[in-house]
Amino acid sequence: MKLYDQTAQKLKELIASGDISPQAIQQAVEERARAINPRTNAFLRFYDLPCTQHGSFRLPIGLKDNLSVKNQLVGCASRILEGYRAPYDAHVVERLLESGAILQGALNMDEFAFGSSTETSAFGSARNPWDTERVPGGSSGGSAAAVAAGQTIWALGSDTGGSIRQPASFCGIVGLKPTYGRISRYGLVAFGSSLDQIGPLTKDVTDSALLLNIISGFDPKDSTSANCPVPDYTQALTREIKGLRIGIPREYFIDGIQPEVLNAVQSAVKLLEKAGAQVKDISLAHTKYAVATYYILATAEASSNLARFDGVKYGRRAQSRSSGRPAIIDLYETTREQGFGDEAKRRIMLGTYVLSSGYYDAFYLRAQKVRTLIKKDFEQAFNEVDVIVSPTAPTTAFRLGEKINDPLSMYLSDIFTIPANLAGIPAISLPCGFDSNQMPVGLQMMASPFAEETLLRTAFAYEQATPWHTERARL
Amino acid sequence: MIDNQTVQYIAGLSRLRVQDQDSSRFARDLEVILHYVRQLEELDVKDVPATSHVLNIQNVFRKDEIAPSLTQEQALSFAIEKNSGHYIVPKVIE
Repeated sequence: MKLYDQTAQKLKELIASGDISPQAIQQAVEERARAINPRTNAFLRFYDLPCTQHGSFRLPIGLKDNLSVKNQLVGCASRILEGYRAPYDAHVVERLLESGAILQGALNMDEFAFGSSTETSAFGSARNPWDTERVPGGSSGGSAAAVAAGQTIWALGSDTGGSIRQPASFCGIVGLKPTYGRISRYGLVAFGSSLDQIGPLTKDVTDSALLLNIISGFDPKDSTSANCPVPDYTQALTREIKGLRIGIPREYFIDGIQPEVLNAVQSAVKLLEKAGAQVKDISLAHTKYAVATYYILATAEASSNLARFDGVKYGRRAQSRSSGRPAIIDLYETTREQGFGDEAKRRIMLGTYVLSSGYYDAFYLRAQKVRTLIKKDFEQAFNEVDVIVSPTAPTTAFRLGEKINDPLSMYLSDIFTIPANLAGIPAISLPCGFDSNQMPVGLQMMASPFAEETLLRTAFAYEQATPWHTERARL
Repeated sequence: MIDNQTVQYIAGLSRLRVQDQDSSRFARDLEVILHYVRQLEELDVKDVPATSHVLNIQNVFRKDEIAPSLTQEQALSFAIEKNSGHYIVPKVIE
């Protein structure tokens, strides 16, 4: 039995029964992480932290490189944060440490989470463990690749437009984006503040519930975190879905979906129906406008959030050049020119443009209104159904380099994941098969705000009736 | 229409420098994306309220109490250049 391939739940049982020590697990996982990393490039660096001696989950975990761990480097896979060490722990990191977690290291990502493949990382793309010539997805691609390759037991990522679910789909694991407000973002480097949410990437649905238990809850330091009780999410794992109402949104089954993805998702729906769910067609009429809405709102918020990286307070400062401009402006511009990659520059400029005088109403305000329409579509749908099922992404993992020079086609790979962020609802991706290249296919389930239990119950029922979650990448 | 001049204008607003030889590449990318997002013009949103935030919570305040936080020294410990509790930057006033 390879310890690094086991789930957290299984390892917890092995520790409890005295069959294995946390130290043996840590050693096996750390050896695996270091041995395989040259092939996956999933970890950007390993932390140097003292070991915990207590807690109920003394298991290794990897963190996306936008989560703050006190005194450790945090870089968002960007050169502009070179040398920056977090002065405090993120709220989720505090929670993990209380649970006994062993924080392993920082995981690769698209620079500032701007991307769907990790190819915009300043430190080279992470690779998909199922085929290292393909992308692991993004932006939490390092998190997904590390879990799928057994380099860590489980991981945290962040999801602004699909950045947990799409890489989970591409790497054959489970990724959950909780309801906006379920988890404190204190200590998460902000991208799109009205959209960002932290969530678990795990080998199966049980681990997703376990990790959600650890990190959920109100935090006075994040004024957008919701002050409502956190249930024990593992209680939702009952396999019982008789009478559950499942909606199939017709706008999500469009031309351009890879036929094998379509087949796998349709088979999954049949299986859920056989297990007692009632399946009906529904409409989410404004789906086709979601990507456009998102790329206005998310870039506008990003352009504002990234204004803080100016070469003064922390991170990198460029040597000013004499440009004839005031020296302080020159310092900002040179630092940002050298520190940000092309995609970050593109998004900052796009966001600045849609917020600029003369364009604000036409772009930003209009997009906020369309966001209302998209949110209302979901509210209406959830009057009729409990869970909405769709593909997570239109295709399986694409090849490195395939979309990197075509920003719009990259953006469109998030077409099915973006709406959940705009509406603030929880959504999960779990494996539902493989294509003819043996690349994993992801199934997405969405539920109404704070209905994570319904989501996990449905996902668990499907998972336990299928073999996909037991498959491991051979690397 | 996004031309090289517009790119330079937006770059200035964004405190970014874009080299002349890169202007047309960024202009093309931004134009393609803006053309795509203009499809929102198809919708009549005259009477639709804007959503800036999905949760139904407003005006979140914390009690005005002293809580553990970073000292000035800790906050400045990451500064690239500092002196006597201040950040040092190039001369601002000519």
